[in-house]
Amino acid sequence: MITIAGAGLAGLACAYELAQRGAAVTVYERGETPGDSSVARFAGGMLAPWCERESAEAEVITLGSRASNWWARITPVHRRGTLVVAPARDRAELPRFARRTSGHRTVSAQDLAELEPALAGRFSQGLFFEGEAHLDPRRALRDLSAKVQEMGVEIRYGTPAPARVTLDCTGMAAPLPGLRPVRGEMAILHCQDVQISRTLRLLHPRMPLYLVPRGDGHFMIGGTMVESSSDRPVTLRSLSELLSAAYALHPGLAEASVVETGAGLRPAFADNLPRLSEQDGTLYLNGLYRHGFLLAPAMAQQAAGLLIPETTDEDHRERQTA
Amino acid sequence: MQFYGIEINSRLLLGTAQYPSPAVLTEAVKSSGTEIITVSLRRETADGSGAGFWENLRETGCRILPNTAGCHSVQEAVTTAHMARELFDTPWIKLEVIGHSDTLQPDVFGLVEAARILSADGFQVFPYTTDDLVVGEKLLEAGCELLMPWGAPIGSGQGLRNPDALRAMRAHFPDVPLIVDAGIGRPSDAAQAMEMGMDAVLLNTAVAKAGDPAGMAHAMAMAVVAGREGYEADPMERRDMAVPSTPVLGMAEFA
Repeated sequence: MITIAGAGLAGLACAYELAQRGAAVTVYERGETPGDSSVARFAGGMLAPWCERESAEAEVITLGSRASNWWARITPVHRRGTLVVAPARDRAELPRFARRTSGHRTVSAQDLAELEPALAGRFSQGLFFEGEAHLDPRRALRDLSAKVQEMGVEIRYGTPAPARVTLDCTGMAAPLPGLRPVRGEMAILHCQDVQISRTLRLLHPRMPLYLVPRGDGHFMIGGTMVESSSDRPVTLRSLSELLSAAYALHPGLAEASVVETGAGLRPAFADNLPRLSEQDGTLYLNGLYRHGFLLAPAMAQQAAGLLIPETTDEDHRERQTA
Repeated sequence: MQFYGIEINSRLLLGTAQYPSPAVLTEAVKSSGTEIITVSLRRETADGSGAGFWENLRETGCRILPNTAGCHSVQEAVTTAHMARELFDTPWIKLEVIGHSDTLQPDVFGLVEAARILSADGFQVFPYTTDDLVVGEKLLEAGCELLMPWGAPIGSGQGLRNPDALRAMRAHFPDVPLIVDAGIGRPSDAAQAMEMGMDAVLLNTAVAKAGDPAGMAHAMAMAVVAGREGYEADPMERRDMAVPSTPVLGMAEFA
């Protein structure tokens, strides 16, 4: 029997990989429903390793490039790519972003208008990362917890984990040295007038923004990174910057309703990369930072490989389950 | 070189914001050889909630110069300075009172007032100011023992927008440590500041936003050393006309 503390993104992804390998798994979760105490519920849900490479180590690509295939077995994945644009005043940001990343092509104003008609005439140039995708984080957490339960995993909601577990996936609650919180703030907008079908990133030297469509006129916007352990609600400054950046992306969003705002603490290590570590006989998966949905699949496979060494042949298993 | 009686060897001061990760920041600090790093105490973290990140900074072993970045009023800057003194246990404060949210240029009136309040309260103030000589004098009167004139707006990477004004500042304040703060984009900008006799350079974005921050930190460190040594070696004067570098007199005569 393998016991996991935490039914957040990391815990559930590990439960899935372990159940795939035939293990009996019990997950302990303090919250009452899937994902309600997980910081992943505030995530963008972008599966965008090539864009993330702008400020992240090369591992985000090697670990993250197969994430969309993994998620597609569990929850709807929208393989629409990412469009990166910059305000006219900050156009120099585009070539810089292009130099630091790969997997993109430059698109003209006309291409932009074809890809996203709502952006027609708004930007003279953009970068298109065709291989990227997005998903709905809350739906993905629900679908993943349903899926693992279908596979025989027992999730005990409202139950603190026993003192000793096989695998600890409790994020900021884990007693790991060098783990620090990085605060992120987001808002969910509802706007039927602006149709956008793929993730947009607005490059801005002060307030970079991403907008992820959630379907049915809903959009998630986010982008703040604050070195802080405060989990208080979103600040006026962050919110006003997020909202004005969204307005710069499309003035039609001015009429959007702000249906939700949120703030969460992402667990991160000094290199902002996730890490598997062992401490007092417990394996810890932590430090997913802002790359939870992107890197959880690969990290869960690594964790499962450590706990059940005989079935570590990922490629073989993927062929079987494809 | 001394800042408020503390002997400093490295003439490069490094800011700690905007790096891809704390690990990259630590690497850049090491390869820059800096002894002083600035830390922004934003309102969000002023309650001590930035502790995880600050722990990374303390581990570099550098002297920490907290700053009041993003403060737009005297009151805000003074409050932030007090929090910084408690958190980092240092009388040093890099004082920023921002006058304009778009250009981030200093509000020099608020700056002088805040410098007076903080100096009277025992702080050792590093004021981020313009290249205005009169403002510089007022800051010294207010109790500052050094000045940090800008090269160009914060984060703009434009280099020294007004070298003549900085040169005048050097001449006007021959014995006051002058640190060019803000606007440095490339190693040549840092070298230029040092060649004109500035005592040190403080920069952040130029390193943090470079493709290879550690590589750029090292390049900046070398530029600062090159500029300083060039200044100390007393460079030749510019001339409008060519002057042969080999003697004309005594040239070989071809029958």
